[in-house]
Amino acid sequence: MSSLLKNIIRFVFFILVQAFVLDKVPPLHQYVKPIFYFLFILWLPFNINRSWQMIIAFVFGLCLDYFSGTPGLHSIPCVLIAYLRPFLLSILLPRETTETSYAEPSIKSLGTVPYGVYILLLTFIHNSCLVFIEWLQFGDFVFFIGKVAATTGVSLLLIFVTELLFPRKAKYRTNAA
Amino acid sequence: MRNIFLFIRRFFNLLLFFVLQGTAIYILATYNKTHQAFFASAANEVTGSISSKYNAVDYYFRLKQTNDQLAAENARLHNELSTSFQNPDTAHVLKIDSLLTDTLHRIRKFNFLEAKVVNNSISDENNYMTVHRGALQGVKNGMSVIGPDGIVGRVIQVSDNYSRVMSLLNHKSQVSAMLKRGFYQGIINWDGKDPQYIQLRGIPKSAQVRKGDSVLTSNLSGIFPPELMVGTIAGIDSDPSTSFYILNIKTATNFSTVQYVYLTENLLGEEQEKLEAKTPKD
Repeated sequence: MSSLLKNIIRFVFFILVQAFVLDKVPPLHQYVKPIFYFLFILWLPFNINRSWQMIIAFVFGLCLDYFSGTPGLHSIPCVLIAYLRPFLLSILLPRETTETSYAEPSIKSLGTVPYGVYILLLTFIHNSCLVFIEWLQFGDFVFFIGKVAATTGVSLLLIFVTELLFPRKAKYRTNAA
Repeated sequence: MRNIFLFIRRFFNLLLFFVLQGTAIYILATYNKTHQAFFASAANEVTGSISSKYNAVDYYFRLKQTNDQLAAENARLHNELSTSFQNPDTAHVLKIDSLLTDTLHRIRKFNFLEAKVVNNSISDENNYMTVHRGALQGVKNGMSVIGPDGIVGRVIQVSDNYSRVMSLLNHKSQVSAMLKRGFYQGIINWDGKDPQYIQLRGIPKSAQVRKGDSVLTSNLSGIFPPELMVGTIAGIDSDPSTSFYILNIKTATNFSTVQYVYLTENLLGEEQEKLEAKTPKD
């Protein structure tokens, strides 16, 4: 399957899962809200142009916004992590030519610890940005701290489960492909 | 000039980042102010049709509850029919004062349209619903939305076949309400904590308030028909800094199971607004 087709399917899949499964889960507490869709941006291939990454993230966020009802709310954190992603990857990537031999970030291509740091940092940044926008409109500081901590925990758990359930075959990119 | 182009090429990604962020913030800010979203009606049609496909499955699992709700509502309406009452005194004749109402036709104030809820969220900070009825079927912006058990929210966006409803579980929602005991007026809003409870503010501490008392839509609301059920008092907090209560209201509508709603509009509201706008402001 080509990388383009795979990512188009992921785009639709992540939006539908977030809008029709996770957003329908009865709320346990005000702070505990499963947010998971941004994994699409974390899984984008290495070799996409940085400008395109941001444009894709913007459109992706806006699509989800139209399902959840507040246009712009999810696009802001999506564009932010799409902008920061290349910087973080260039720090975390091993000195060898990983970028040229693997297609996209995964446990295999980055290594367990760097991939964990990559996921943890961007999840934290994404959720802080999202909650910060909500905090500007209402809520107090306890709301901000509590919701960032709780949503980041839930998101990390969901990503961990996804990695276990759907192991991606990190195949070498060859010149033939 | 050459330097400007070099600068743009050098910082193209940063500039694009700011442009995209700026666009997103602008979209969010205008939406928060006016509830007018970009491409709202086109996007509404697409998300609405996907949601109604999802709801076709989801609805099946709630048939029993929905049926119970509608049967209970029918029973309530039957009880209000004039044929359910008998006048014990045959000599007593009810007369309508013909000076106040036109004998040829009575003036209709509220007109009800029924609609199916196809999408509904309760776990967000600002919750919205999508209902399967739109501008082609006569829905207008600002109509009030009522469920079988109590009020639900207001229409904020309309496309051809779908409309978007801001439910009571929204930080921007404000509804005028009153206590059934004593007719004290207050404002209903939501603190975002629990989707089963909303807050009523502005009831003076001189009012007699008890747990379990009914809260109804007020006569002054203008948007909602008066004396519709909002909920019952579940907790009483007194705000120490003011002379008002903060009452915790258990909503009459169960927002997680509502499947059918009625849309209604005050047909005389425009006339009232026009008259009130004429009042000199000084």
